[in-house]
Amino acid sequence: MDDLRAKYIDLIANAADEATLEDLRVKAVGKKGEISLQMRELGKMSPEERQVAGPKLNALKDEINAALGAKKAALADAALNERLRAEWLDVTLPVRASRTGTIHPISQVTEEITAIFADMGFSVAEGPQIDTDWYNFDALNIPSHHPARAEMDTFYMHRAEGDNRPPHVLRTHTSPVQIRHMEKYGAPCRVIAPGRVYRADYDQTHTPMFHQVEGLAIDKDISMANLKWVLEEFFAAFFEIDGIKTRFRASHFPFTEPSAEVDIQCSWVDGQLKIGEGDDWLEVLGSGMVHPKVLSAAGVNPDEWQGFAFGMGIDRISMLKYGIPDLRAFFDSDLRWLRHYGFASLDVPTLHGGLSR
Amino acid sequence: MKFTLSWLKEHLDTTASVDEIAEALTDLGLEVEGVENPAAKLQAFTLAKVVHAEQHPDADRLRVCKVMTDEGEKQIVCGAPNAREGITVVLAKPGDYVPGIDVTLSVGNIRGVESHGMMASERELELSDEHTGIIELPSGEVGQKFTDWLAANDPAKVDPVIEIAITPNRQDALGVHGIARDLAARGLGKLKPMKEHKVEGAFPCPIGLSIDEDTRENGCEVFAGRLIRGVKNGPSPKWLQDRLRAIGLRPISALVDVTNFFTFDRNRPLHVFDAGKVQGDLRIHRAKGGETLVGLDERTYTFSDGQVVISDDKGIESIAGIMGGLDTGCTLDTTDVFLEAAVWDRIQIAHTGRALKINSDARYRNERGIDPAYNMQAMEDAAQMILDLCGGEASEIVVAGEVQTNPRAYKLNPARVVSLVGMDIPESTQRQTLTALGFRMEGDMAHVPSWRHDVLGEADLVEEVARIASLTKLQGKPLPRMTRGVPQPILSPIQKREQMARRTAAALGYNECVTYSFIDSASAALFGGGDDASMLANPISSEMSHMRPDLLPGLLQAAARNQARGFMDLALFECGHAFQGGEPGEQQLRISGLLVGRTGPKDVHGAARAVDVFDAKADAEAVLAAIGAPAKVQILRGGEGWWHPGRHGRICLGPKKVLGVFGELHPKVLAEMDVKGPAVAFTLYPTEVPLPRKSGATRAALKLNDLQAVERDFAFVVDADVEALTLVNAAQGADKTLIDDVRVFDEFIGGSLGEGKKSLAITVRLQPTDKTLKEKDIEAVAAKIVEKVTKATGGTLRG
Repeated sequence: MDDLRAKYIDLIANAADEATLEDLRVKAVGKKGEISLQMRELGKMSPEERQVAGPKLNALKDEINAALGAKKAALADAALNERLRAEWLDVTLPVRASRTGTIHPISQVTEEITAIFADMGFSVAEGPQIDTDWYNFDALNIPSHHPARAEMDTFYMHRAEGDNRPPHVLRTHTSPVQIRHMEKYGAPCRVIAPGRVYRADYDQTHTPMFHQVEGLAIDKDISMANLKWVLEEFFAAFFEIDGIKTRFRASHFPFTEPSAEVDIQCSWVDGQLKIGEGDDWLEVLGSGMVHPKVLSAAGVNPDEWQGFAFGMGIDRISMLKYGIPDLRAFFDSDLRWLRHYGFASLDVPTLHGGLSR
Repeated sequence: MKFTLSWLKEHLDTTASVDEIAEALTDLGLEVEGVENPAAKLQAFTLAKVVHAEQHPDADRLRVCKVMTDEGEKQIVCGAPNAREGITVVLAKPGDYVPGIDVTLSVGNIRGVESHGMMASERELELSDEHTGIIELPSGEVGQKFTDWLAANDPAKVDPVIEIAITPNRQDALGVHGIARDLAARGLGKLKPMKEHKVEGAFPCPIGLSIDEDTRENGCEVFAGRLIRGVKNGPSPKWLQDRLRAIGLRPISALVDVTNFFTFDRNRPLHVFDAGKVQGDLRIHRAKGGETLVGLDERTYTFSDGQVVISDDKGIESIAGIMGGLDTGCTLDTTDVFLEAAVWDRIQIAHTGRALKINSDARYRNERGIDPAYNMQAMEDAAQMILDLCGGEASEIVVAGEVQTNPRAYKLNPARVVSLVGMDIPESTQRQTLTALGFRMEGDMAHVPSWRHDVLGEADLVEEVARIASLTKLQGKPLPRMTRGVPQPILSPIQKREQMARRTAAALGYNECVTYSFIDSASAALFGGGDDASMLANPISSEMSHMRPDLLPGLLQAAARNQARGFMDLALFECGHAFQGGEPGEQQLRISGLLVGRTGPKDVHGAARAVDVFDAKADAEAVLAAIGAPAKVQILRGGEGWWHPGRHGRICLGPKKVLGVFGELHPKVLAEMDVKGPAVAFTLYPTEVPLPRKSGATRAALKLNDLQAVERDFAFVVDADVEALTLVNAAQGADKTLIDDVRVFDEFIGGSLGEGKKSLAITVRLQPTDKTLKEKDIEAVAAKIVEKVTKATGGTLRG
């Protein structure tokens, strides 16, 4: 029996493939295999002999089966290893191309502005981009002969012959949204109104279309000091610079009184603009207390309500924050520009996560 | 508006520095655009005296000078011919920057002799072009600062020039006197009262004046004049020339310079006629139209009906309040001069000036408004100055019309001022401010000074008080929240949707563009626009003449530009408004995506392929899903003409509710817009997507089924024009509870099926809910599916 064992263990160990192994299995422990045949002999033995030979044969059978299993697994492993070796790939090859989309800086910055003002309780109002001259001018205390009308380089819509209404305008600012909002919802209110505005001007620093955001806060006792605080808070949050210095200067707008222009601290070093440092000032917005005539035009009683309004260029503050040099490129859709200055789709500005990455 | 510091000091008694003045001006609302301080670059230089000069041992043209300076005697080598013993010179020491030669000095060694500085010429200090020798001063002490010497002896050379921007409301600040008044009100000095001259008329004025009846209203309020005879015109004195030059004006002659002086000193435009060239009387009237005049600028102007002009017996001689005529202008030969001071209607001046395209200092001031109350006194002050500078004898004053000052008063409400500004400004300070600005306080009524046309209500008083008090000093005060606690969300559902749509498109790989809202008429016409209603009356160019009827033309133009730069594979989108007409509100929010070229560059995996309509459809569906559109929609044909007629679909909820369109763009449109295809696109209407009915964040309960689902495949042969969705819907309808999903997995056209036929293969997933499906249940459903599909499509089960 020991010979048998030695023979098969040796043969199994040397089997080259699964077929040989199967052959050995049949020969050893198959129905007519040598071990099976010997087991049949057990019946012919005396009980004493059987008691010795039986367990031995069983043990041998188990051992052969285990050796067959182990060898089979080893052969499979070897075969797999062989296959995997052949499956080598050049993993330095590039992947399948996928497009990466981007969000335009105007959209991104508009969301940043919205996030900041939402925290201060401002909601977002909207209005038409083609508007009547009443909403764009008269209601904002800009009568027809006012020099501001000529200075604004207004685009007018065509008027059909026989239509004697004054021509509509492409809104020159987002301020008409003030009037429309107050007409509809009255006071008190707090809104910002971002959107496209238009002026007939095209050169190095002007495009015939650009973006403004209007702000309006009306209540019983809102003051210019509140306006200043709101804007200081806004600039610190937007530019992500604590204690950024701003300068309020008296100015003039027909629709606010008193009026102030706001500058932010900056420096020019080697033609590079830096916000929040240095001795220079850069004008970023116009603001003031809403003129009583404007409140009246919008149906809000100026003896009862007061508040502030401001307007600033979204494109302009985008350029300042992100160091984008040329306004005209905003509207050119040059793929290289869109990819370079654009934002990732999941890069949603929030106050808790930070506005910019 | 430009002026010099010394000019300002004629009107303002102040010790404030230029910097303090500039800062105050900006803060007051008179924004300083620039300060040019010639003294700044001369700060380092001091006076010195040459005590000894001798020939340089090795150079013929050089002299070695011993110079007494504030730091003792120094040796300086100098090449100037006038360098000699005894003269007082301007010294630049080693370390000083000399602007005219752009050099910072160091101790030099010139041909073996050490030189400790330099004696400067006027050109080297940028004082003039003079360079024949070094500066020799007639006075001055060794060590004295050169700027101090200049200030005392030649102040114009160190007079800082300040330039400010004037907002349209501040007509009073168009004269130096008005600027001084603002500074005085701020407390930067005392406003000097102006001397009021009185020139008695020696004889009656021989030139008569009249204003036509139709010109008194909205034309000329008052016109005053007087003749000064026997004048001797010539160059004006140096002080006057210096001032005019400093602010960028060219001195012309004493008579003309006087008018310019009053323009800038008192915001008082005047005109002088050469009386010798005026025939008869002067008449102010409206032009008939078609007349011409050569102006003082030697350009010819043609008048239109109604413009106000001044004529003599020969014809029109002056464009009233805007520019005089060349013919009657004063020259150096003028001996008799007619001085004019008038008040013109501001709107009339603005219209005429704009129509004739004249931007003169006179127009600028007359259209913003001058002080009408000063009109008659100006006749006296200017006459006196002419007499002082040119001699002669003045006539009595003739006047047509009347000075109108529009007196008005508004109530000062100190508490309201404090409430609006948010600064604690005491009532006494408020009253003081207004008084200093020329308002006359009578009780709580503030009477507006005649020079402030802009003050038209109580709010204007607030502004005056606030700006003098200083907005720079204003302390910000927190704006209390309107609600307590955590801020409420503020975006409307549509605003939220716009953001979601935009970010989903970007996530799908599209680059967001912002293109102009106006496009050329041809492109607009391709997309259903380009009509007169959406046309601009005054476009900036023909490329921007019509409001865009759709977002796609802008994106296609962007694609064409990028293709021209060599970028052929593009995914662009825009989210914005398109315009259906020219009325307010005829605009609609849309989002459009455009895919051009291939899905990517060619790659080792061979994955890149030309974009097709199903790319656009997939992206349209993804964006719609992101903004909450229902999953079950109809795909209908019949889109607009810019789509490929057979390769587009409108995504609808019923025939009238269109959520969007996707498809291949019409090849003709691509050719017109110069885009190399293939190009597919989608346009979605976010506002058309119904708002969800549910409120609250709770989801419906999740129903999970543990019973085994079964999938069965079917292939049908149908006519080629049968749409897959019809077939799917029919199959789906066979058993609405059991059929969980129907998917098309194969389409096969032609071949053995024959012309006009196709095979569509679907997988139907059956999800039992109460008991495991047996073969006969499945067969029953299968039969039903075949029946439904056959009925709906006329197709047959493929054998």
